[in-house]
Amino acid sequence: MSHAEEDHEGTRRDFLYFATAGAGAVTAGAAIWPLVDQMNPSADVLAASKKRVDVSSVSPGTQITVLFLGKPVFIRRRTEEEIEAAVAVSLDDLPDPEARNENLPGGTPGDDGNRSLPPFGGAENTGEWLVMQGVCTHLGCVPLGDAGDFGGWFCPCHGSHYDTAGRIRRGPAPTNLPVPVAEFVDETTILLG
Amino acid sequence: MGGIPHDHYEPKAAWEKGLAKRLPIVGLMYDTLMIPTPKNLNWMWIWGIVLAFCLALQIITGIVLVMHYTPHVDMAFASVEHIMRNVNGGAMLRYLHMNGASLFFVAVYAHIFRGLYYGSYKAPREITWIIGMLIYLLMMGTAFMGYVLPWGQMSFWGATVITGLFGAIPFIGDALQTWLLGGPAVDNATLNRFFSLHYLLPFVIAGLVIVHIWAFHTTGNNNPTGVEVRRTSKEEAEKDTLPFWPYFVIKDLFALAVILVVFFAIVGFMPNYLGHPDNYIEANPLATPAHIVPEWYFLPFYAILRAFDGDVWVVIIASTLTGGIIDAKFFGVIAMFGAIVVMALVPWLDTSSVRSGRYRPMFKWWFWLFVVNFFVLMWVGAMPAEGIYPYIALIGSTYWFAYFLVILPLLGVLEKPDAQPATIEEDFAAKMGKGDSGSAAPSTQPAE
Repeated sequence: MSHAEEDHEGTRRDFLYFATAGAGAVTAGAAIWPLVDQMNPSADVLAASKKRVDVSSVSPGTQITVLFLGKPVFIRRRTEEEIEAAVAVSLDDLPDPEARNENLPGGTPGDDGNRSLPPFGGAENTGEWLVMQGVCTHLGCVPLGDAGDFGGWFCPCHGSHYDTAGRIRRGPAPTNLPVPVAEFVDETTILLG
Repeated sequence: MGGIPHDHYEPKAAWEKGLAKRLPIVGLMYDTLMIPTPKNLNWMWIWGIVLAFCLALQIITGIVLVMHYTPHVDMAFASVEHIMRNVNGGAMLRYLHMNGASLFFVAVYAHIFRGLYYGSYKAPREITWIIGMLIYLLMMGTAFMGYVLPWGQMSFWGATVITGLFGAIPFIGDALQTWLLGGPAVDNATLNRFFSLHYLLPFVIAGLVIVHIWAFHTTGNNNPTGVEVRRTSKEEAEKDTLPFWPYFVIKDLFALAVILVVFFAIVGFMPNYLGHPDNYIEANPLATPAHIVPEWYFLPFYAILRAFDGDVWVVIIASTLTGGIIDAKFFGVIAMFGAIVVMALVPWLDTSSVRSGRYRPMFKWWFWLFVVNFFVLMWVGAMPAEGIYPYIALIGSTYWFAYFLVILPLLGVLEKPDAQPATIEEDFAAKMGKGDSGSAAPSTQPAE
């Protein structure tokens, strides 16, 4: 900066240039940010991130599908046979050995007990209730219930088979159907989210 | 303009002189319309006019469709049916807009392949090419968002799959996808913003089209020989060229009329031939169509997207080298966008000093294989991703990249080009018997 030493007005001018450019950049950024941020989820969309589901009408061997956060959630009340079939599976037979349960720490093994939802009030978990997101982990299709080679779910798009605990057994899907954050808030009501 | 010597507009009457002094708009229009154009242009040089027509058609029909359409998840599907059943002439307007998108892409692919064969992308026309590629990208974005608006099953699930691609980007993917959708899944916020952008982008395209035309009016048109128009004197230039008006305008309008006969036959008698029946079922986030397929003009790129699964060795290497950051899903996304990036970079990848493919004996074969490969990819993109199809898609995708990254750079070194004509006049005289420009009609030679 040799010219700065001999031209003090130059440094002053340089400073003004930088200050003006800096102020301009900050102003432009401040003006652009609201235009970008308006595209993020709005308050009503965020407020819909919890949902209460009455499951009193669900009898064993049936399931309901509810729309939660724009995606289907399967709530199935499993029969004794379905639970036994799922419990009998060895972890070695699972393409994805993890539970994929958001209520449990990541990396929890995918035993059937780590997939099902415990009943209200800390009663013993018989594995009766299975709650999971009904979105195939391959390309996002909705799998069909009571279908597939493992008696659970079957995705018609590219042929992924899920067992009675919603775990991937065969086909292109990489992971088990995810279990969303959920709990029983009374005997017959599940709170999602 | 064009660096090609020619007569300019001369204001004569007093009011013309007065206007030219204040706003030289008549001179600008005159010079644009009277640009000296190589007189040997063949029928592959008509697609520009067809594209201009398509843009106008889509903007005009689009503006009137918006007068009846409701961009809300509860009403969008019904409002499209309202257009089809209740609005005066509504079915025709919608079918024109729907099939207009297909005509737009037929024309743009013909236009791009024309440029690839005759070397229209080579110096000094790289800027024209790059702007063209930007227009093409915007067209794809506009078409995709437009397809979502009727809110049918294919609209919804197509939007889910395609926005899911952004979710595959490492680290920022989920946040980016949520930002794009305005929520955790495709919903009303998504529909509204797609509607807004679908209305905006055609006007951005129109602006870029002006820049596109400006760029090639500055360099002059390419032509089937790839030989430049002589510019040393006006007399010489006039032996190689004819003014755009009336010679090429009339030729292009004739071609457009022929194309529109086919277009209106499709619009009138088989308007849903290129669509999917699933899109006449209202969007339902709880049920997926059995077979999600994009519109035909996206199929080659959809095939490239799906070609790279976790068993392909390049995917395994990429995944290992990056510690799993680039997985099969993200690799497919990179490949799909990369396919367009390598095409945009072709001015710098093609090392041959010969512009036109007509004089490149080896290039011709590789080029036609590239065209065939494009249609193979289009076909395989519509097939389910199982059995033999993923292998075909993988071979096709490999050829796509090999064409731009290996074959074009090597051909410039390995190939011995044929003799080119010295001038456009010579080529024209050889084709037309004798070079009498007085009765000159454009060459009737079809595209090779």
